[in-house]
Amino acid sequence: MKRSGHTGDKVINAVIRVTGYSSILFVLLILIFLLREGLPALSSTPLKNLFSARWYPIEDYYGILPLFLGSLLVTIAATLIALPFGIGTAVFLSEVSPPWLRDILKPVIEILAGIPSVVLGFIGILVFAPFIRKFLDIPTGLTAFTGAVLLGLIAIPTIVSVAEDALDTVPNSYRQAALALGATQWQTIWNVTLPAAKTGVLTALMLGIGRSLGETMAVMMVTGNAPVMPLQLNSLFRPIRTMTATIASEMGEVAAGSQHYEVLFFIGIILFLLSLVINVSASLVSTRSRGRAERLLS
Amino acid sequence: MRAPGMDKSKTIQAVGFNLLRLVTAITVIPIIGLVVYIVVKGAPAISWEFISAAPSNGMREGGILPAIVGTLYLTLGTALFSVPLGVLAGIYLAEYAKETFLTRIIRVAIINLAGIPSVVYGLFGLGLFVLFLKLGTSILAASLTLSIMTLPTIISTTEQALRSVPNSFRVVSTSLGASRWQTVRRITLPQALPGIITGIILGLERAAGETAPILFTGAAFFLPQLPHSPLDATMALPYHIFVISTQIPGMPIQIQYGTVVVLLVFVLGMNLIATLIRSSARKKRQW
Repeated sequence: MKRSGHTGDKVINAVIRVTGYSSILFVLLILIFLLREGLPALSSTPLKNLFSARWYPIEDYYGILPLFLGSLLVTIAATLIALPFGIGTAVFLSEVSPPWLRDILKPVIEILAGIPSVVLGFIGILVFAPFIRKFLDIPTGLTAFTGAVLLGLIAIPTIVSVAEDALDTVPNSYRQAALALGATQWQTIWNVTLPAAKTGVLTALMLGIGRSLGETMAVMMVTGNAPVMPLQLNSLFRPIRTMTATIASEMGEVAAGSQHYEVLFFIGIILFLLSLVINVSASLVSTRSRGRAERLLS
Repeated sequence: MRAPGMDKSKTIQAVGFNLLRLVTAITVIPIIGLVVYIVVKGAPAISWEFISAAPSNGMREGGILPAIVGTLYLTLGTALFSVPLGVLAGIYLAEYAKETFLTRIIRVAIINLAGIPSVVYGLFGLGLFVLFLKLGTSILAASLTLSIMTLPTIISTTEQALRSVPNSFRVVSTSLGASRWQTVRRITLPQALPGIITGIILGLERAAGETAPILFTGAAFFLPQLPHSPLDATMALPYHIFVISTQIPGMPIQIQYGTVVVLLVFVLGMNLIATLIRSSARKKRQW
């Protein structure tokens, strides 16, 4: 006998179904509004101006190249800083640490994930930047490097938790087999466990890059806000400006619909597309590897 | 008989393990140091006046009440929209959705929402809520913006919490004649509740600490009074920290650290509550 659904049930089922689809709606809405406000920049600003090396909105120079390269420099440097510490900590927590220590350290790293970026920027301005200036004997401590270190801190919790999950899903039989063949624990980690968790580690890396690229407040506060082309050898230790910082610091002062406003939204479109590519490919990598692991184990 | 080279690989292992310990220490110790340093520098500023009075003398004296209340309003406003929407969407993914192409698209959309830079949410909120829907820079517009940013966290944790409830619970409930919604409401949802609440708190914690999404949607530089309606702009702790540390020369250092301490207590307090709920639920669980 088939149960007839109550009307109340039908209504709630319909509501649940609609909310289930809401994420798609929001992504589309975000894209639509970014395009609506940002695409006119392509007609109001000649491409030659838009992709030039000079950002000086007061005189209508809207070259986004220095901002793009600024973001790129800080993100790469942050990733290089965060990667060894993030992966190293994940390996320690998952493979070496005694359980009691792990139970203490994991919440501490979660605390770091919970500290708002404006607080890290605040400490960056008051403590870290003056330290960098003195330590490296440079004119200002507000540099790409200062931003990269803070971004590294921000990316570390993401990298640690994703990489640790990946290491945890490596079947214990792999480790036991390696140890039975006479490998030391260290050799097992390097030659068996880490390679088996390779795609998860790659996902962690990509998500970390995504975090760094999109981070705004900390970077805006400590990188010196100078939209220059970071092409010299010492650019890392000079002020720069990222795409996110430019939007955050200038959007408050522009008139809606002006050329400057449109270009800032255009930068938003670029950030949206970059984060889309990074996050979707990170998730593709991790689902593909899960599929492979399941086949191997069955 | 010992294999040749065993001593050497043992040495390498010892060096390697110590290296890992060092790396972990370099990662963890600054975090503890950072929090302790901020608390030590900021604690002397905390007084009843500091958390109950409005700023005075160009924000260089008095308290930070409007910023505290503003952050409370924004957090509650964000919860109002994101909790029902996020929990229902999580229920859909865990209990209703079949693994179809459309479901895969939903998952990609959620991953994408989680990765969008916070300042881009700010642009979106400005375009849709502030200008297109004419809500102005307001608590409402800022809360809506923060809600959409918080949504992926709440959806994913709700789905995970529901999925961790053993399937036998559903089978038994259904075999007793319960409909799908009855099973969700009476059986799976109560079982998954601690996990869901943890996820909600962690999502709201992030919203409470965010600055970039509220920069152009609802944050005010300085307001002597508390906001009267959801359509008023508001001061907020994260934005206030940004303002007093970068925009106002001669700001007393103690007030700056004090404000940071208040935000940290707010945010890390939520973090602590979430952790406590999670661990106590894990102990009580019957499966």
